[in-house]
Amino acid sequence: MNAATHPKQAAGAPAPAADRPVLDVAGLTISVRGEDGERPVVSDLSFSLARGETLCIAGESGSGKSMTSLAIMALLPQPQARISAGSIRLGDTDLTSLDERRMRRIRGNRIAMIFQEPMTSLNPVLSIGRQLVEAIEAHTGVSSAESRRLAIEALTAVRIPEAESRLKQYPHELSGGMRQRVMIAMALALKPDVLIADEPTTALDVTVQGEVLELLRDLQRQHGTSVILITHDMGVVAEMADRVIIMRYGRMVEQGKVADIFERPQVDYTRDLLAAVPRMGTGGARQVPTDKAEPSQPTDVAVARDLHVRFDLTGGFFGRVNRRVHAVEGISFSIAANETLSLVGESGCGKSTTAKALAGLVPYHGELEIGGRNLKGLGREARKAVRRDVQMIFQDPYASLDPRMRVGDLVAEPLVIHDIGTPGERTERVAALFERVGLSVDQMERYPHEFSGGQRQRICIARALALRPKLIIADESVSALDVSVQARVLQLLKELQAEFGVAYLFISHDMAVVENISDRVAVMYLGQIVEMGTRDQIFSNPRHPYTRRLIEAVPVPDPQRRRARFARMEREIPSPVRKLGDAPRKLVLADVGGGHLVAESPVS
Amino acid sequence: MIAYLTRRLIQAALILLGVSLITFALLYLLPADPVRQIAGRSATPQTVESIRQQLGLDQPFAVQYWRYLTNLVSGDLGRSYIQRSEVSELIVARLPASLLLMVGAIVCELVIGLSMGLIAAVKRGSATDQALMVGSFIGVSAPQFVVGLLLLYVFAVKLGWFPIGGYGTFSHMVLPSLTLGILGAGWYSRMMRSSMIDVLRQDYIRTARAKGLAQRAVLFGHALPNAILPVIAMIGIDIGMFMGGIVVVESVFGWPGIGQLAWQAIQRVDIPIIMGVTLVSACAIVLGNLLADIVAPFIDPRIKLR
Repeated sequence: MNAATHPKQAAGAPAPAADRPVLDVAGLTISVRGEDGERPVVSDLSFSLARGETLCIAGESGSGKSMTSLAIMALLPQPQARISAGSIRLGDTDLTSLDERRMRRIRGNRIAMIFQEPMTSLNPVLSIGRQLVEAIEAHTGVSSAESRRLAIEALTAVRIPEAESRLKQYPHELSGGMRQRVMIAMALALKPDVLIADEPTTALDVTVQGEVLELLRDLQRQHGTSVILITHDMGVVAEMADRVIIMRYGRMVEQGKVADIFERPQVDYTRDLLAAVPRMGTGGARQVPTDKAEPSQPTDVAVARDLHVRFDLTGGFFGRVNRRVHAVEGISFSIAANETLSLVGESGCGKSTTAKALAGLVPYHGELEIGGRNLKGLGREARKAVRRDVQMIFQDPYASLDPRMRVGDLVAEPLVIHDIGTPGERTERVAALFERVGLSVDQMERYPHEFSGGQRQRICIARALALRPKLIIADESVSALDVSVQARVLQLLKELQAEFGVAYLFISHDMAVVENISDRVAVMYLGQIVEMGTRDQIFSNPRHPYTRRLIEAVPVPDPQRRRARFARMEREIPSPVRKLGDAPRKLVLADVGGGHLVAESPVS
Repeated sequence: MIAYLTRRLIQAALILLGVSLITFALLYLLPADPVRQIAGRSATPQTVESIRQQLGLDQPFAVQYWRYLTNLVSGDLGRSYIQRSEVSELIVARLPASLLLMVGAIVCELVIGLSMGLIAAVKRGSATDQALMVGSFIGVSAPQFVVGLLLLYVFAVKLGWFPIGGYGTFSHMVLPSLTLGILGAGWYSRMMRSSMIDVLRQDYIRTARAKGLAQRAVLFGHALPNAILPVIAMIGIDIGMFMGGIVVVESVFGWPGIGQLAWQAIQRVDIPIIMGVTLVSACAIVLGNLLADIVAPFIDPRIKLR
């Protein structure tokens, strides 16, 4: 074999001619060994990647898209997973036949990869500079001064300001968006032929997502890098792809040019997938309940008045409070029965803290009323009674169910805690709830790990409904679900609302989902509400610049409406941590007509 | 940093005060009578009583403790009942030997424990892993006097590689350090293994491999600094465990440290020495923990001392 006698060649081979594919995958089959023998997670997958092309591999969880990317990098989880058939050719080299030593020279050098989780993908105990320089020195023989220069250059290329001083910083000192840029800088520092980006923006806020996508696109244009972008988000596909591969259960179900996939999907699955994608500006699936609720003077299920949540940070010699996190700063809202109020905003804006205050999980200042009773000054028993009226559904259906309890017992637990009914009555009620949320009664005896993510979230919904609450707080409850599952869970939530008249406080960062489910929307920024109004007021007539930026940043699942330029933020969102006595200025909301409240001055 | 240190040292003083009070009270409640030990069997009641008065042991507990504490503040640990010399002198004469033994034991623990844990984690599930973990289990469960005697028999008596006992050269140190360190090495290898397995699953390890780093660079450059953090916190606690082990190991190997001093004192109810050794050990534990906490931020930049 050539590469053995000329070891340099694999790493430094001349770029293949433009008409030949950079990467060619043929008949790739990946098997994973489990308890019940080996089973394929990717079967007979073939595709090729041209120079400078962006290929999106899209699919829902379990479709094998991430396994494919790990196989190309030869980073499949060992020893369970292996490539059982097929080839992956980079130029003239078949990567499946390379040993680890030669594969190492390709990794990070000719094929680089960035991962989904920027928060955990950088080593927390090593400086940014060390991690960057190391990536460069692993493949080049340059001096340390030269690799340092290259590192600074790479950071500058991903538009990180003051690149040189960043080298000394550690990952925890940077925001998620910044860390993902460091990852990109690391991946592109050696100008690889192929960049694999596995859900690179899924964990990022939507405005940051736009910037990172744009950055990837620009860098690709400059260097002619071929990109494999793995994503579940059809909006990102429409925004970025030249060609698309749709995968399901480890098989390619359809591939084609991005415009063809979106306009003329050939396969039912693709059509279903695209139909399930929540789109903005297509609302109306939901009737506005104002006309039906108006005559009978809607009763407010929950009211917040001038709600503050602040967390003290201690420091100094005697551990005194010297700084405060201003998580929620004087917000007021009300939710009527049968109504859905959405809180939207980016991470750290205080939306989840608001929910926790409402559920009695964090101390607060200001007024909170549930079902007309003020939570302040209630005794232990009265507080417990009020809590029956407020239930929560959390984001991660995997982490919010105790793995050692049967799901039937999990749903019955709130009834036990509040001492409602006899065991027989409880079982009956739980059975009814199971049927109502679309699960079967005989599943009550099973354990959480036997259910899929969507089913688990249904169990969480059943648990929240068990006490027949007046208000359900859904904190990013559909964010972790695949789009098709997400659509069904949202539909279930709407049906349950119509049936039980329960009010929802719906917390989400996903503007499309919010538009789909909300009656009213409140936009939060740095602990305060900057705009609040009906869904139509917010989405058809956003007044506050921050609201506009949020809406514009959402990638539209339509390749025809691809943006040339993303809305770019001038600077990062400031920290909500402030010195004592330095409370932020309170925004005054003005009514611009029809109850549409807008903060009077721009945030910046 | 200075504020942090000051606060920790104040805490340390309070801990030592507590330790002194509890030990003093326990020794006061002891049914054994130190005066009888000093005076001997044949002493008349008058002699016993005069010795009791002379030592102030006829005073109420509060008075005795207060006197001990005021002396302690001025650096006076009292005089040994039996050996007729200052406790502080006795301890100072023997402390270096014990500290040397501890340093040797820590080195053994770290070298053996960490490398065993590291290898086991990397070769997780293999025969090597299982063999190492059985070894660590034996290390954890074997009594120290058995380990000590076994090492002594094999390496000193049979093979003659090391001296049978005593103190002075490096080769004198090997067997006692090993005996004292083997228990900790067993714990550390288990901790290191689980910590390392956990770290090797992290996303940043995948990132490091995706950069094309060699396995060695991934393990030692990326995984080790993260995996070693919980182990460092253990070293502080470990020094406390040494204090128990030192008594046994020093008697087995005839090592002239404070363990032997304490053992003799306990047999003869020599209260000032027992108090002195207990306080010195408590100091060592407190300082060891402080040291571990001070070292941690140098490895993990996320830790801030405040």
